[in-house]
Amino acid sequence: MAEFGIVEEYDPLEMKMEVRNVDLFYGQHQALKGITLPFREQRITAIIGPSGCGKSTLLRCLNRMNDTIEGTRVTGHITLDGDDIYAPGTDVRALRRRVGMVFQRPNPFPLSIFDNIAYGPKVNGLKDKERLRHIVRTSLEGAGLWDDLKDRLDGAALDLSLGLQQQLCVARLLATKPEVILLDEPCSALDPISTLHIEELMRELSTQYTVVIVTHNMQQAARASDYTAFMLAGELIEYGTTAKIFTDPDSERTEAYVTGKLHRT
Amino acid sequence: MTSAPWEDGSDGREERGGRERDRQGRSHGSRRGGGLPRGGDSLAERSAIGLLWAAAISAVAVLGFIVVYVLWHGLPQLTPEFLLQSPSAMGREGGILPTIIGTVAVTAVGLIIAIPLGVGTAIYLTEYTRSEAVTAIIRFGAECLAGIPSIIFGLFGFLFFVIYLKMGWSLLSGGLTLAAMVLPTIIRTTEEAIKAVPLSHREVSLSLGATRWQTVTRAVLPTAMPGIITGVMLSIGRAVGETAAVIFTAGSSLRLPTSIFSPVRTMSVHFYILAREGISMPRAYGTAAVLVLLILAINFAAYWAMNRFVARRT
Repeated sequence: MAEFGIVEEYDPLEMKMEVRNVDLFYGQHQALKGITLPFREQRITAIIGPSGCGKSTLLRCLNRMNDTIEGTRVTGHITLDGDDIYAPGTDVRALRRRVGMVFQRPNPFPLSIFDNIAYGPKVNGLKDKERLRHIVRTSLEGAGLWDDLKDRLDGAALDLSLGLQQQLCVARLLATKPEVILLDEPCSALDPISTLHIEELMRELSTQYTVVIVTHNMQQAARASDYTAFMLAGELIEYGTTAKIFTDPDSERTEAYVTGKLHRT
Repeated sequence: MTSAPWEDGSDGREERGGRERDRQGRSHGSRRGGGLPRGGDSLAERSAIGLLWAAAISAVAVLGFIVVYVLWHGLPQLTPEFLLQSPSAMGREGGILPTIIGTVAVTAVGLIIAIPLGVGTAIYLTEYTRSEAVTAIIRFGAECLAGIPSIIFGLFGFLFFVIYLKMGWSLLSGGLTLAAMVLPTIIRTTEEAIKAVPLSHREVSLSLGATRWQTVTRAVLPTAMPGIITGVMLSIGRAVGETAAVIFTAGSSLRLPTSIFSPVRTMSVHFYILAREGISMPRAYGTAAVLVLLILAINFAAYWAMNRFVARRT
């Protein structure tokens, strides 16, 4: 991928995560082919591409969620602050606390709002009630939910609207104090207003966190991201600033996709 | 292009879809049948509905007849003395207190053994082993166990626990035998309940830094709990009414049990002996009535507990 000049282009100091020459196989099937991609600190990077292009798979490499799927094999290097997260002896639980994930469907536990957010800190050993309350509050504030939900923390999370449920999932993630936030098509189940809320929230989060979003919605990538990576059939086709990808891409295939002329491959 | 396992999105979606459908069903219930052309008027359609209705009614009618018949003959026997006294003259006189206690105790011993074993097996099968062969073998074993008549469990318990392990006729022998008998039910229902928990619960839990065990105990089991409770309740129902498996293993003593090694007589065994040996039919019906009422009470308690549990969590 050196022909895009990615590696030379950026300042290594501002890089939070880096994917270098990553191949991924599910059994015999190769889902990722030689991906090299940087994720800059406190920036929003969008990964776009048609369904099945491997963008979710790539995202799930960043917190090793693919480990849970039998027969998955990853080669190449993925680093977080310079450390290889696939190195033997890596503490996967610690990695997942640092690199948190919001999933495609809002998926709160069938618990109260409070218990949903306290879940992460609790499984990581925090028992102190006072500190849990504090974390729940700051996490809800971080996700822009405190004013809406402060009076119903004991209410069932599943009674919230889908949009609020997804924001709650973001709050639940913030409670584990992550450094990188991965969002896997977070708005695909949401209405346009909720989608805008999530995008505003992402912008807000990027002042503190490194954000990576996978989306099939190109307007969303164009509106809400700083950098965009375009993938096709397991390969990275182009990476650049969002403005460049959407207005003046180098690759014809990128241009075809962002202008809606490329539907399926 | 094969898509990754999580991309089909089938987990969770169905569950929530169900909730939404449910709500819509309730709020738009009055619109049913309006607008759409009705196809329910042909003869075949009407006779099918009639047959299904008849089948459903007769199923409930059989149950209702049994309950009413037993209570009709048994309820007149139910006095405070009958419930709170020990029997005398082999059960012709006095009450049935030791058999009530014996029934509850032997069932409790059985479940205390069967629940951890059964739930543990189910967790292992669903969450920890990916070996199809191991799962298939254990599952096949459980299925076979479920199909064995209870008298065979009684015989096995008698030969193995009572004679070979020298436990004698006792609460423990009876409880172990009942445990072996209800284990398949608990394993299968727990397995189904765990499998019904959306994959996303596990993924979220792991993504928040939880261990596998934490994921099982905090994210999976609480959601599966109503299903597990159902299985346990079915097992209690079966164990409480069981006769053949306990008559050989728990004995038929009419004394109050003092320890786990005491022999006991359960209500069903008492009923059997009273009726079979012609000691007293009215007393037999009285015993049966208490047993039926106990089973009904357990079922109502179970539904109440389950609804409370579900209401608190969702």
